[in-house]
Amino acid sequence: MKKILSKTESLKATPHLYCPGCGHGIIHRLVAESIDELGLREKTIGIAPVGCAVFAYDYFNFDVSEAPHGRPPAVATGIKRVRPDKIVFTYQGDGDLAAIGTAETIHAANRGENITVIFVNNANYGMTGGQMAPTTLIGQKTATSPYGRDPKREGYPMKVCELLSSLEGVAYLERVSVSNPKNIISAKRAIKKAFQNQVDGKGFSLVEVLSQCPVDWGMTPQNSIKWVEDVFVKAFPLGVYKDKK
Amino acid sequence: MSKIEIITEKCKGCGLCIIVCPKKSIQLSKNFNKAGYHPAVFVEGADCTACGLCFQVCPDVCIEVYKDK
Repeated sequence: MKKILSKTESLKATPHLYCPGCGHGIIHRLVAESIDELGLREKTIGIAPVGCAVFAYDYFNFDVSEAPHGRPPAVATGIKRVRPDKIVFTYQGDGDLAAIGTAETIHAANRGENITVIFVNNANYGMTGGQMAPTTLIGQKTATSPYGRDPKREGYPMKVCELLSSLEGVAYLERVSVSNPKNIISAKRAIKKAFQNQVDGKGFSLVEVLSQCPVDWGMTPQNSIKWVEDVFVKAFPLGVYKDKK
Repeated sequence: MSKIEIITEKCKGCGLCIIVCPKKSIQLSKNFNKAGYHPAVFVEGADCTACGLCFQVCPDVCIEVYKDK
């Protein structure tokens, strides 16, 4: 009997500290598999965020640097400019990329830095206990919006792909989800393409992954993937937002 | 006969593999693992086509898929 599917080399055997059913583990696997399939493991440098994925360096079997909250695109810019031969990617959540790190994200994108950004959007601040994030949906209940997000008071959900699509320096933007096997395979294709773009020197590539956060949403893992498919993707439509030829 | 192996000590019992398995060959164990979860287990001798859907959805990458020939 032949083993056809198992953990890839770029992932360590360390058990993840994520909650049961969390999408981060799936996205870690997709990133690791993409890197291994492109043969980049020996020259990849990842930048871990502040957030649930703060321990990403414990899970990836290549060099990973930690950055202050929201600053991975700035750190990645520095590393890529000093070592242009390396493949540099950031792995960020929505509190990191779309809240405290908005300036770094937009300016790295606008400069067209040749880096890859994996943006995990789970519509709240996961690590600190499910507070409202810029990406929280209208009417969504969180720890800090117990009656649901009201746009009059808290504004509207920030759509990062749409926001960045107007910038000249951006090469590739796609929004995907990991709610079912079909979407996961599609997410893998997008992430692999974002790394291939960097190898080809095309410029800034960002893949936004809609991820389930069952514990902070107060749902079972089964209900959380249903919520992603029924509600989340309606507010954040999947698709390619920019693909520079 | 194809089969899967689940590293039960890494499993957190989220049950995502159970809902995607087309042959309904995975269930939650009645026993606990060291972390205190009821891990998913492959039903001994159950049907498996090695489709890999359970591997795709597993957030803890604790499933290994074996294909017969």
